[in-house]
Amino acid sequence: MLIKTKILLYLAGIAALLTLTRCFYSDKQNEGERLYTQNCANCHMDDGSGLRNLIPPLAGADYLENHRDDLACIIQHGQTGNIVVNGKNYNQGMPGFEHLNAGQITNILNYVQTNFGNNNPRFSIQEVEKQLFKCRHLLEH
Amino acid sequence: MERNNLRTFLSALLLGLLALSWQACSQNTAETSDLPYLGERQLVQREVDGQQVTDTVYHRIPDFAFINQDSQVVTSLTVQDKVYVTDFFFTTCPTICPKMKSQMIRIYEAFEDDPRVMLLSHTIDPQHDTVAVLRDYADRLQVNSDKWHFVTGEKDSIYSIALQYMVSAMEDEEEPGGFVHSGAFVLVDQNRHVRGIYDGTDPAQVDRLIRDIPTLLPKKKKKDADKN
Repeated sequence: MLIKTKILLYLAGIAALLTLTRCFYSDKQNEGERLYTQNCANCHMDDGSGLRNLIPPLAGADYLENHRDDLACIIQHGQTGNIVVNGKNYNQGMPGFEHLNAGQITNILNYVQTNFGNNNPRFSIQEVEKQLFKCRHLLEH
Repeated sequence: MERNNLRTFLSALLLGLLALSWQACSQNTAETSDLPYLGERQLVQREVDGQQVTDTVYHRIPDFAFINQDSQVVTSLTVQDKVYVTDFFFTTCPTICPKMKSQMIRIYEAFEDDPRVMLLSHTIDPQHDTVAVLRDYADRLQVNSDKWHFVTGEKDSIYSIALQYMVSAMEDEEEPGGFVHSGAFVLVDQNRHVRGIYDGTDPAQVDRLIRDIPTLLPKKKKKDADKN
């Protein structure tokens, strides 16, 4: 009887630890995921699925491969006009995120490139800096 | 023996932690069948057979008239005898709107085949969000205009009806996109009384909203049977 109670209590203990881990997990996200959640997930959603025909997906998006050289500038300065992603037209403007620095943009890009089922080559900070140098004239300040 | 006691104590401690963390991490899932009436209420005295009787008059959404994505006029008559969920947004919103819309789609899908439930989204940027813009927006969301009205109208009328729904919406040049507004979904019953306000960006609160809507709907079959 006592042993049974003990086993039960241990099980409860394990369950407690699991629950606590669930609670604290969000504190240990890497910077890319945190920045994505803060800046991108409102529109592109937590799972990168986008929103129907309004906001393009990032998950499995051919755009990430076809426009690799533009991605840093799109994050920094936004984008307007029609774009084609996986054969579909999207025409919802994206705002720029001028407060993000090259390191933060690198982390976001690498999070996007290696999550949501994506398996694209990672970015180095040098590559991102090079891209940003090309569109530096768009900086407002 | 002492060690055993310590073990039991530690296990009990963990059990306590489990209970606490469970409470902290999970939303309250208790079903509410009696939703409150939100907003200011008035007590009205009247005389019935020489007796003073006090009636409670609940806050009620006043009559309104807006234009939807099909250029149709949407008024209080459109939502008559319907339970509806309403929100305030703008199509160029760079912040919480897409997330709100993805959650609103969940409600749309949950009640797609129930004509007693409607959705009503007001733009707070009528200057940009014309009928054509709203039409395109609704088309891209692939939703039906009989069920989900995207409405525009006089800016003042929209902002003043937002106050009636107890939702904040105003212009603010400091905000991204130029407007500040809450992400609230407001649940309104057949008599245009506000019965719940939910955070439209929080899936758990939207789960609760989806569970709350049926409690406002009449038990259709039973009532019909009573009538016959």
